[in-house]
Amino acid sequence: MLDIIKVLISGFGENLRIFVLTLAMAIPLGLVITFGSMTKFRPIRWITRVFVWVIRGTPLMLQLFVVLYAPGLLFGIPMRNRMMATLVAFVINYAAYFSEIYRGGIESIPTGQYEAGAVLGMTRAQIFFKVVLLQVVKRITPSMGNEVITLVKDTALSRVIGVAEIIMVAERYTKQGLIGPLFSTGLYFLLFNGLLTLALGWIERRMDYFRA
Amino acid sequence: MAILEVNNLGKSFGATEVLKDISFSLEKGESLAIIGSSGSGKTTLLRCLNYLETPDRGSIRVNGEVIFDAANAGRMSVADLRRNRLHFGLVFQSFNLFPQYTAFQNVVLAGELLAREQPDYKANKKRILDGIHENGRKLLASVGLSAKADNYPHQLSGGQQQRVAIARALALNPDILCFDEPTSALDPELTGEVLNVIRALAARSTTMIIVTHEMQFARQVADNVLFMDKGVIVEYGKPEDVIDNPKQERTRRFLENYTNG
Ligand SMILES: Nc1ncnc2c1ncn2[C@@H]1O[C@H](COP(=O)(O)OP(=O)(O)O)[C@@H](O)[C@H]1O
Ligand SMILES: [Mg+2]
Repeated sequence: MLDIIKVLISGFGENLRIFVLTLAMAIPLGLVITFGSMTKFRPIRWITRVFVWVIRGTPLMLQLFVVLYAPGLLFGIPMRNRMMATLVAFVINYAAYFSEIYRGGIESIPTGQYEAGAVLGMTRAQIFFKVVLLQVVKRITPSMGNEVITLVKDTALSRVIGVAEIIMVAERYTKQGLIGPLFSTGLYFLLFNGLLTLALGWIERRMDYFRA
Repeated sequence: MAILEVNNLGKSFGATEVLKDISFSLEKGESLAIIGSSGSGKTTLLRCLNYLETPDRGSIRVNGEVIFDAANAGRMSVADLRRNRLHFGLVFQSFNLFPQYTAFQNVVLAGELLAREQPDYKANKKRILDGIHENGRKLLASVGLSAKADNYPHQLSGGQQQRVAIARALALNPDILCFDEPTSALDPELTGEVLNVIRALAARSTTMIIVTHEMQFARQVADNVLFMDKGVIVEYGKPEDVIDNPKQERTRRFLENYTNG
């Protein structure tokens, strides 16, 4: 019993690894994609928006397979590291989703905020980072929270390319006639998402001091 | 010499000509009221002065220096644009305070950011920032809001927000302060406090351009009044002439709406 729990915990460690690393990379990459999708330079804007459309319009499960097999098939450099392939697919996928949330948030800020900064002699970068950004963060925190919780559950998809995440390791016990471990994996997700919900609530309360 | 000279300014949005050959000048210490019905181009004119719109024709001089000329508008560098627009301040109809900053922070933010560009900023950082903060406190006091310095915009009434916005615009010490209907977004009982602040500025000979529908106020405060209609200046002169004895039929018709109502 204790052994089973140890195995499950180490499996969930893989889920958490995917979760943390994906967030750490997709949050900034998403902002880069947002700037691409909002630039005045049309070719870049067009390419970025098509890219986002493709990533959001196809299953993450399929993207995992593509990242795992495409380098080998196209360039003769097989992707051996399954965790690496998982992270590449997850980061790209989530950065695309985040970028659309960021864009919605940025576009929802009234132009008066930009103009007020501009007439006070601020540079475009100052207006973005000192005036607009925190207002955007406040506005998008609820939608980002939803995405983050979805990400926790999506990490289980990595099993399709052979990452030994929690559901994959738990399923092995069913072959020994044990169904309990598989069902119990839900508790790990529930518990972690409960903690995340608390953390997200805390972040939202931290920005309660102003209205935007 | 006039502090501001606007020459033959023109601006179109697509096929609509919003400003047609606007020329006027302003002396240092003068307050100019701009009146006119909605859609006559008043806001667009102020936005052109503040580089929020680029005029298609004409030029703008401040203290004799050409700071805008439509003939070579595309060639102005970003740095020049930022420096030139600091000749002007703008108080918006809708305040546009920064919601995540307190009243005090709203007033000092731009000054703090600009100070970083001073060559001696690193060496004298504390003294420079102290000076900016001292000035910010004085400005909040001058608009009667010392007690609200640490309040966020959503904790202030519309009239208080607009007074903070005025202090914020004054903080960079512009040569010419522009107001775009500063009381139009306010409940009637809150307009007085804002108008009083502007009156006090006029009494201290602040150079101002005030777009307003408050005729009584314009008559008291303005040195000159400019009536605009459909993108042209119809009448210009002393308030007692333009408001009390308009020569033009269009001015008379416009003013009737105020005296009757
Ligand atoms: N960005 C814009 N694009 C198109 N038309 C505009 C724009 N800004 C103003 N206008 C038009 O220009 C005219 C003058 O507007 P405005 O300067 O706001 O007048 P006022 O401030 O006197 O009411 C109006 O007809 C308005 O619809
Ligand atoms: Mg207007």
